[in-house]
Amino acid sequence: MRKFIEKLVEGGLLISGSVSSFTILLIIVFLFKEATGLFNSPEVEEGYVLAVNPENPVEHLSPEQIMDVFDANITNWADLNGKNQDILVFRLSDLTNYYTEEELGDEFQYVPEKINELIHKEPGIIAFFPEQYQAENFQGKIISGATIKPSEFFGGTKWYPTSTPAPIFGLIPLLLGTLLVSIGAIVLSLPFGIAVAIYLAEIANTRTRNFLKPVIELLAGIPSVVYGFFGLVVIVPLIQKTLNLPVGETAFAGSVVLAIMALPTIITVAEDAMRTTPRAMKEASLALGATQWQTIYKVIIPYSISGITSAVVLGIGRAIGETMAVLMVTGNAAVIPTSFFEPVRTIPATIAAELGEAPAGGAHYQALFLLGAVLFLITLSLSIAVEYISSKRKI
Amino acid sequence: MAPIQHLGNIDKRKRASQKIAFGFFSFLSYLVVAILFVILGFIILKGASVISWDFLTQAPSEGMTSGGIFPAIVGTLYLVIGSSLISFPIGIMSGIYMNEYATNGKLIRFIRIMTNNLSGVPSVVFGLFGMSLFVSTLGWGDSIIAGSFTLALMSLPLIIRTTEEALKSIDDSFRHGSLALGATKLQTIRRVVLPMAFPNIITGLILSIGRVSGETAPILFTVAAYFLPQLPKSIFDQCMALPYHLYVISTSGTDIEASRGMAYGTALVLIVIVLLVNLLANALRSYFAKKVKMN
Repeated sequence: MRKFIEKLVEGGLLISGSVSSFTILLIIVFLFKEATGLFNSPEVEEGYVLAVNPENPVEHLSPEQIMDVFDANITNWADLNGKNQDILVFRLSDLTNYYTEEELGDEFQYVPEKINELIHKEPGIIAFFPEQYQAENFQGKIISGATIKPSEFFGGTKWYPTSTPAPIFGLIPLLLGTLLVSIGAIVLSLPFGIAVAIYLAEIANTRTRNFLKPVIELLAGIPSVVYGFFGLVVIVPLIQKTLNLPVGETAFAGSVVLAIMALPTIITVAEDAMRTTPRAMKEASLALGATQWQTIYKVIIPYSISGITSAVVLGIGRAIGETMAVLMVTGNAAVIPTSFFEPVRTIPATIAAELGEAPAGGAHYQALFLLGAVLFLITLSLSIAVEYISSKRKI
Repeated sequence: MAPIQHLGNIDKRKRASQKIAFGFFSFLSYLVVAILFVILGFIILKGASVISWDFLTQAPSEGMTSGGIFPAIVGTLYLVIGSSLISFPIGIMSGIYMNEYATNGKLIRFIRIMTNNLSGVPSVVFGLFGMSLFVSTLGWGDSIIAGSFTLALMSLPLIIRTTEEALKSIDDSFRHGSLALGATKLQTIRRVVLPMAFPNIITGLILSIGRVSGETAPILFTVAAYFLPQLPKSIFDQCMALPYHLYVISTSGTDIEASRGMAYGTALVLIVIVLLVNLLANALRSYFAKKVKMN
């Protein structure tokens, strides 16, 4: 009986032990299940049709081209490999410009017929209307059959998720925004982090250490939303004033806040790495007449360089995934950043800001899950990199 | 004489560069301390005037510009309790398995790598995952239970790691002694190992409470509500939460300037929770360290 209980407990413990592995698996499954749906979604908003005159040689327009046409940035079919002909943009609401209400019928029962007629009549037309108004003997050429392509997402340079008729999901501006903010943060916090780690590991006496360690722990414990709030009410106005910028919510503000948030990670990991330097090595260096400082930069830092690298990679991972603080201080402009002192938008901030408004199961929703999957893969590869670096150290 | 003189000069230069470097390092270290105190001081100074009994016990009113944050405090409390009920047992049992039972080196390595990976997963990804699994697939909707599960999975790695470290710090001679007296493995763990590791395990649990109470991104799509006229009645209700409340009223309230005071107050409450958690953890750590020394 006792043996049975022992086995039972061991089994229970094993199950608990596998929960974290299982969770990773579930995260992958659920993230990618929603995300891959994006590439089965139509380019044009679901439930709508985009059609042109049957004589028009244009077969397909990319979402970006569709947006340019509907924003009147492209006004001639020649720009889209068509004939030299002005583009006539037609939305359902324009119908009353062409027909009277009597012609459309009391219950709009003649609308499909009239749209059909119009498309047939106007050679330069591009019409965007709900599927329900597509006539049975529809004679226009439908150009909205295509689904969103991976190349459009991964190579896209624009992020207009709510644009009609065709939303544009381009990863590049968000990815660049994320990298800009995170790398800026690491550049700012690295000198600090390493210096404090050296100070804690080699220079500070026990009393100073006992004071500094809890301070750093506390810095790690402050919630990211509080950092974001502090950034919003202190750092953003400060940056705006001192640098004389039109807005203070910039990539730089994000980097400053993230730099503070990444400090504890960098300090703790780097310090732990430096502490593993064998005493004999340090003492040998000192015995040869080197000063403590020479010992630090000629012996301890080279010895613990892989640990310091891990610290940096972990810090980058933290910075890339950080959501709330960045969301609150970077201004969230989803354009390709050209300067450090402009609003940018990061991948996590985009997810947090837009998921609430994206209808579940729609293309926008799926695109946000795909962003999450990209983010997950980035941080996963950083975790694996750290694993690799520290496993090399042991040899 | 000359060479020695020369050496002396080098020595002086070496010492000078050491002094400069060390001075610089200690300056930067104290700058980090200064940053912390500036952040804490700013929020405490600005928030202190907002905090009152009414602020802590009343619901927000007039479009979040007056009243209090009571529902958010209650919501955060529910989420902390809910997630702890899930994550504490699983985390501690995982830690015990990893340190006391697992003998297969490859399996341990695999679980450890997975746990490390889990701790590196960004909080917003947990939010997405929680929304997809708990809210949609399991059909729990935006609810306390969905939020608690999401937060629990997020805090697992921290609990597993601290439990493992606490168990690792216990000398094997205690285990051998107990086993030699005829105790089974389970008895050894229950009567000898766990009681000794208990203080350090508790410290990890407290720190995880601090982390859970401040997280925003995982609860954004799984439980958090902007405003609820009444407190949640069941675990399938939505609730308000402190960090989400702070985010909302400082970025997208109806009148951001007018609700600034409320935001300072909310930030202060969050900071106080973090301070308390850290103080408690440190106090426990040093108290038990002394006790162990005395034994």
